[in-house]
Amino acid sequence: MSPTPTKTDDDVTAIAKRWKDKRGSLIMALHALQDRYGYVPREAAMNLGEQMNVPLARIYEVLTFYNYFRLKSPGKHVVSVCMGTACYLKGAPQLLRQASDALGIAPGETSEDGEYHLQVVRCVGCCGLAPVATVNAELLAKVTGESLAARLPSPSVRTEEEA
Amino acid sequence: MARMTFADLAARAQARPAVADRPIIRVGMSTCGMAAGAEPVFAVLNTEVKNRSLDWRVRRTGCAGMCSMEPLVEVTLPGQPAVMFGEVTPEFARQIVVDCAAGKPLPAENRVPGLAELARVAGDPVPAPGEDATRQYRIVMRNCGVIDPEEIDEYIDRGGYQALGKVLSSMTPEQVIEELKVAGLRGRGGAGFPAWLKWNLTRESKGDEHIIVCNGDEGDPGAYMDRSVLEGDPHAVLEGMIIGGFVIGAQTGFFYIRAEYPLAIQRIEKAIRQAKAAGLLGKNILGTEFSFNVEVRLGAGAFVCGEETALIASLEGQRGTPRPRPPYPSVKGLWGQPTMINNVESLANLSQIVARGGEWFSTIGVGRSTGTKVFAVTGKVKNAGLVEIPMGMTLRDVVEGICGGTSSGGPIKAVQTGGPSGGLIPATELDTPITYEHLQKLGSYMGSGGMMVMDESDDLVELSRFYLGFCVDESCGKCAPCRIGGTQMLRLLDRIADGKGTTADVATIKRLARAMQRASLCGLGQGAPSPILSALRYFESEFADRLVPEAN
Repeated sequence: MSPTPTKTDDDVTAIAKRWKDKRGSLIMALHALQDRYGYVPREAAMNLGEQMNVPLARIYEVLTFYNYFRLKSPGKHVVSVCMGTACYLKGAPQLLRQASDALGIAPGETSEDGEYHLQVVRCVGCCGLAPVATVNAELLAKVTGESLAARLPSPSVRTEEEA
Repeated sequence: MARMTFADLAARAQARPAVADRPIIRVGMSTCGMAAGAEPVFAVLNTEVKNRSLDWRVRRTGCAGMCSMEPLVEVTLPGQPAVMFGEVTPEFARQIVVDCAAGKPLPAENRVPGLAELARVAGDPVPAPGEDATRQYRIVMRNCGVIDPEEIDEYIDRGGYQALGKVLSSMTPEQVIEELKVAGLRGRGGAGFPAWLKWNLTRESKGDEHIIVCNGDEGDPGAYMDRSVLEGDPHAVLEGMIIGGFVIGAQTGFFYIRAEYPLAIQRIEKAIRQAKAAGLLGKNILGTEFSFNVEVRLGAGAFVCGEETALIASLEGQRGTPRPRPPYPSVKGLWGQPTMINNVESLANLSQIVARGGEWFSTIGVGRSTGTKVFAVTGKVKNAGLVEIPMGMTLRDVVEGICGGTSSGGPIKAVQTGGPSGGLIPATELDTPITYEHLQKLGSYMGSGGMMVMDESDDLVELSRFYLGFCVDESCGKCAPCRIGGTQMLRLLDRIADGKGTTADVATIKRLARAMQRASLCGLGQGAPSPILSALRYFESEFADRLVPEAN
């Protein structure tokens, strides 16, 4: 589970220290924040900005421009459906609908229990095995609605539903 | 590894690779391979070999290019040609070891063409145009699927870093540029700007420092050759970078790589550490005065950052918006300094041009399109994957000859090159040779290397909408022609796709397209109308069929 963001976090201090005096490092520092929390929490961004002497507005200018950065916690499991051209031709739109139905959330949404986040990615560069999807860090090749559903981690939440 | 000297390098060049005295099993472990399940295969092979106390080697290697056949396993037995197996499962991998250990012949199932059958490599005789039309010629991918990309020694054993040694021991920057000029290498990112000219312009520009950048922001959704080369042969790209740094007088280089490519990032970082330890990077390279360092920076999911001025903004920690040129980055780039930005594939060619000479390189290809080009041939094609071909080969040779035609076995409807900035090429034009000029004449362009095959079931109006939608989403919003033009054009296209469009809408689309092409600030907006224009040019009836019938 990702740590809860606070305004004082030694890891953020370490990130700031690592990148502060390096050129062209703001995006790298933000990647490090996202790697730590799964998204870029406001508290952490403020903390980083103070330590790196970068105004918060500058940080948000960058965060909101790039698709890769998330401003909200994505939940425990991130399901990404690739929508590159090869995947598109091989049925990714249908796959996305199936994933959306299976999870009960629209692309870009996180389930209410915080278990799943569904998103579209541009191209993971695995076009020869289209269509592809990822579940967390695992890349699934020649995926179908069924094979994707089978690979979804069975979460704690299912027991709640059953109960 | 200890720091190397010129003498060490020379000694390594003389050393003959040892003849395999024991079985070697190589497993393709790039992103494609892993996605298809190479890791359990690799694990099973290692376990089985270990359990039987066999003195075999099980090695990791990069992408051999046959992505749809992954996981790929190549078995080389002493004194025998290598045998390649495709779609290998852990059970099948186990069977290979069991049979082999029992002295039985290798399984007859799951065999796919081996590397020697697929391609000639740099150093082999150069095929004349039209000769050997179903075989690849690999310069950029010469080591992909052959060496372990995480072992610098394997790269050096295949002649790696010899070009760097040659440059630093016996060449001036001008001589390297001259070789590039003779070679005729043009930028492989898509536009095809002569490399020597860019190198020379940057070298001659004045600044406090010079900087070299490797553009690994492979944004075309459907192209992945740069990822594959970074994963399969990172040192080849790094060697090109170091030579580039020497030529333009840079002490700093940056790899700008998409964050979506974690394995490529990891492998290039490892290559950097290894090269530093070997004295091939860092302070006083190979004991000379030349010092050069490289760092890795990540993209963050913005297609526009493949455009060089937007890439610069991103590297500077800004929003990735382009700025008007001139001044070009070669004059005023990163932090206002002369900056040379080269594509991954361009840099991977470098060491071979230096080692074998520009003259050699110029004999490959045709006319002003020399050398090879790597394409990611995907979509509705039988053998999807990466192919590297000498330029001048026809589209038909690539799609039908090498890749086996459509996956359905039916006719090809169209081939798309250049991605969201490129265009559709109808089946009637498949005999066109692949050169920068020929593709442009057809209304497409070389692009970075995406080649999408479409069969009769594909709806080109929808596909046009897909590409345009992509560009509209990815428009940075800085200039009006791209921001507003794209959105308006997409609305019109939506109407047509929904059966509500008129001939006037088609005319407006064409007018908007011209405006965007001429007035947009960067390649994203200039190229965005290309897919739809080419669709209208060759497949207008598909659009016409959906228009509202004209009154009167």
